[in-house]
Amino acid sequence: MKLEVRGVGKTYQTKAGALPALEPLDLDVQTGEFVCLLGPSGCGKSTLLNIVAGLDQPTRGEVRIDGQVVRRPGTDRVMIFQNAALFPWLNVIDNVEFGLRMAGKPKAERLETAQHFLRMVHLSDFESAFIHELSGGMRQRVALARALAIDPDVLLMDEPFGALDAQTRDLLHDELQTIWSDTRKTVLFVTHNVREAIVLGDRVVVLSARPGRIKKEFAINLPRPRQIESYAVVDLAREIMAVLRDTAMTGEQEMRQAALTHTLAAQIEEGMRGTFREVGDDVL
Amino acid sequence: MTYFRRLAVNNWARKLTFFFILLAGWQGLVWIGWWPEFIFPSPLSVAQTLVRGFQNGSLIIGIVTSMERILIGFGISAVVGILLGLALGRIKLLDETVGSVVLGLQALPSICWLPLALIWFGLSETAILFVVVMGALLSVTLATEAGVKNTPPLYLRAARNLGARGWRLYWSVIFPAALPAIITGMKLGWSFAWRSLMAGELLYQGARIGLGNLLSMGRDLNDMSRVIAVMLVIIAIGLAVDRLIFSPIELRVRERWGLQG
Repeated sequence: MKLEVRGVGKTYQTKAGALPALEPLDLDVQTGEFVCLLGPSGCGKSTLLNIVAGLDQPTRGEVRIDGQVVRRPGTDRVMIFQNAALFPWLNVIDNVEFGLRMAGKPKAERLETAQHFLRMVHLSDFESAFIHELSGGMRQRVALARALAIDPDVLLMDEPFGALDAQTRDLLHDELQTIWSDTRKTVLFVTHNVREAIVLGDRVVVLSARPGRIKKEFAINLPRPRQIESYAVVDLAREIMAVLRDTAMTGEQEMRQAALTHTLAAQIEEGMRGTFREVGDDVL
Repeated sequence: MTYFRRLAVNNWARKLTFFFILLAGWQGLVWIGWWPEFIFPSPLSVAQTLVRGFQNGSLIIGIVTSMERILIGFGISAVVGILLGLALGRIKLLDETVGSVVLGLQALPSICWLPLALIWFGLSETAILFVVVMGALLSVTLATEAGVKNTPPLYLRAARNLGARGWRLYWSVIFPAALPAIITGMKLGWSFAWRSLMAGELLYQGARIGLGNLLSMGRDLNDMSRVIAVMLVIIAIGLAVDRLIFSPIELRVRERWGLQG
């Protein structure tokens, strides 16, 4: 499954005028490739991921999957959110089965698939636990199992480990690397953590501050599995850091950015309500 | 641990002491004798009336009748209210039209429907049920609507991303996401319904005798110990349903949904 981003840009219309969030950019992700998008917060990397997921529309350009233009969410691309977004009214196994149930799969098949992926993320003993009983790391594992269960071609990961403590994050890096080598999914992984990007990615794409542009790309040819504290990773991190620091904003830019972000946040919230209505129109 | 246990014991001790003082004060006022006993009965005679009421079955009949009315009435308002609230939360046109009517009617105490209900349905059970339904319906509707509108966008995004669409999205995500709000609305609706039922029974004497009817009979017979005894039963039932049914469910749901610290 080849992912092509062609001239995709996003501009928000705010009361303060047009606010470019993402400059038109091109990006190709090959089948089975693990690409990390790295950039400071507010650089539009999550926006890009949402556009690829079909949860957000670009104002220009298009995303193609095997030549097909993406217009709406599809089960060929599954997003994993920073705070897992599990459904608290379902227990662990029902969460993992959710996508399969939406696809109308029979009960026996759902259960078997869900159990398989729960084993993969080492949570077999927690099938009937509820979400509020799980730690942050366990929640991300369930989210990963829930995504893998519907067998998507592309995994879209939006800073999935951003809210976890360092130890849990290291553990999940190891597990994600193992799972990725076993399943060979195409992965687009958004992070602002340089070392995380190096440990996980075949390729690291550095974005500049808003409006996001591709600043530089790094091919990571280190042998796997990679350790976050290894010298090779640290050396490379230093190199990428230098590029990233270049993209940082001046104080004045930052002030302006903060003001704009404030307006933007209100509008995005508004937009989400819009999405919500849209879903409603779908229903009725 | 021991600290908390002592705190709990102290808590109970404080409550018991307070109620003891309350009863003693009440008895004291009776002994002073400002009012005659039939206007201001002693706690003891109220207790005797309570026991007698249970022994001769009049209170039991009253409880059964009132519970039956409220279960039917509240059941209807819960079902209709949830469906109406789900529709209002999702269909903009309905929200702008029917929604404003619902909001307006919420300002009307439901007992005000009784005159109309008596004309429409006659002197019947239906008239009382109508008042009870109107008591709970609107708060269940409004709470459900709010719950639907406040569905966290993240759940919707995650669900759509996993292939949920149309009615599946509705029943598998939006409804459960709104459930904590719905339960809070039902709890509120229950207390409104209970008040409405008592007001209705006080004003309207039907073929069957509910707790409110017993209250008004007590007034007619100038028997204030009976009035107070029935009031105590009404308080006890209202509290019991709230504390033993709604509050535990509400707490559990909020905890599971991650809304409780």
